[in-house]
Amino acid sequence: MRKKLAITGNEAVAYAMKQINPDVVAAYPITPATEIVQIFSQYVADGEVNTEFVAVESEHSAMSATIGASAAGSRAMTATSSQGLALMFEMLYIASALRLPIVMPEVNRSLSAPINIHADHSDTMGARDCGWLQIYCENSQEAYDSLIQAVRIAEESLLPIMVTIDGFIISHAMEAVDTFDNKEVQNFIGKYKPAHPLLDIKHPITIGAIDFNDYYFEHKRSQIEAMNNVEPVILKINEEFKKSFGRGYGLFEEYMMQDAETAIVVIGSTAGTAKVAVDNLRKQGKKVGLLRLRVFRPFPAEKLSKALSHLKAVAVLDRSTGMNAYAGPVCTEVASSLYTHSDLPASQQAGKKPKILNYIYGLGGRDIFVEDIQKVYVDLENVAKGEKTEKLINYIGVRE
Amino acid sequence: MSDEKKGWKELPIGAILEAGTAKNYKTGDWRHIRPIWNKEKCIQCLRCWIYCPDSSIIIKDGKVDGIDLDHCKGCGICAAECPVKPVKAITMVSEKEIK
Ligand code: SF4
Ligand code: SF4
Repeated sequence: MRKKLAITGNEAVAYAMKQINPDVVAAYPITPATEIVQIFSQYVADGEVNTEFVAVESEHSAMSATIGASAAGSRAMTATSSQGLALMFEMLYIASALRLPIVMPEVNRSLSAPINIHADHSDTMGARDCGWLQIYCENSQEAYDSLIQAVRIAEESLLPIMVTIDGFIISHAMEAVDTFDNKEVQNFIGKYKPAHPLLDIKHPITIGAIDFNDYYFEHKRSQIEAMNNVEPVILKINEEFKKSFGRGYGLFEEYMMQDAETAIVVIGSTAGTAKVAVDNLRKQGKKVGLLRLRVFRPFPAEKLSKALSHLKAVAVLDRSTGMNAYAGPVCTEVASSLYTHSDLPASQQAGKKPKILNYIYGLGGRDIFVEDIQKVYVDLENVAKGEKTEKLINYIGVRE
Repeated sequence: MSDEKKGWKELPIGAILEAGTAKNYKTGDWRHIRPIWNKEKCIQCLRCWIYCPDSSIIIKDGKVDGIDLDHCKGCGICAAECPVKPVKAITMVSEKEIK
């Protein structure tokens, strides 16, 4: 039966995991992991899932055991956050290079030092180039829906996927979430057919063999192609999801972008706050829009640049910093996509690209308010009019 | 394996290979000391076979029949574990001396 539940983001994610009913979950919920696997382990103890739960001794082992389970041919999941993801780092590359469709909810929390367990995107942004797909959710409903979609996306593209929610803001906040019937979820994800299970003793295989300079590059090239081909898979599965459940999400969400002259690009829960800012300014007749980037890996460069290239000025909000004396990770990729993709012929491009501003905000869970975002739109308007020269890097909410 | 190396499109995804490929990869030339097995001294206790980390003790009909020098890395464990006294049934000799 479909049910509307008042649950936290952690509970929504654990509930989706229960309905996915994976064969194996290996986890070690070290602080600052959230309650996701703790809630899930209760489902295991209560016999509500058929999952083999492996309690390992570190998050490095959690990812290792999940890789082992997935390679063996099972539908395998784990969940992590912050330091836990950092500890998994070495194994993340192995999961993706072995083309194992592992699904992992991730709660975005800052990295030490200083010690802090609150929301920011430093953890998953640090893991952005490890060959995993990344979906950043705005709210619990989207996290629940995305996790169910993620199973299909991973298994069809044979790449691991992380589905993220902002720490505390989503993970610990209660929202109404429309949930589906167990059977509906099972029908949607289907029976798992592993591509090359290690336990198929009739077809013995070698996984993770040594691969020196004569073949490593070719194997990496093939992995790059896998990532190149995921975008249509995500869109196709989303269409099927829409048909079954009446809801859907694209690679990114465009909010009031049709006639917008300036826009903010943001990922995660801040989009909710930014939409209120857009509504307020629209009432004043300002032509402002919002683009919420949802799928960060693969990076939808072509579609994104098309959606932004007509604007006069764009502000990219980053909830992490590149620590590169340049700009935040979302900004550098958005800006480069505008440089490398354009509808205009080269001769007409000069001066036509939107001005780009980067705002670093919310590190270590620092709150961001509607007024902060409205101020960004004022900056954008002034830059668009030429009344203010843009400064690439700006900070929201940090004391000088 | 042919000399013509495959392009990326022809490779199995995830670098998944058939099983047992280590057999084709000869690592014996890394060795600098070589185990020499003395058939006459050997009491067929199979300790060397149990301990060899590279599965390089060749067994035929349940008995030691020699050493697979294509894969033996010359660690000397077999010689150390051989219980025959006073001279062991496996002794380690420098590859230089042999050449
Ligand atoms: S030297 Fe080491 S590798 Fe070689 S046969 Fe003896 S135990 Fe095996
Ligand atoms: S350990 Fe020594 S005696 Fe025993 S089987 Fe090996 S070579 Fe022979």
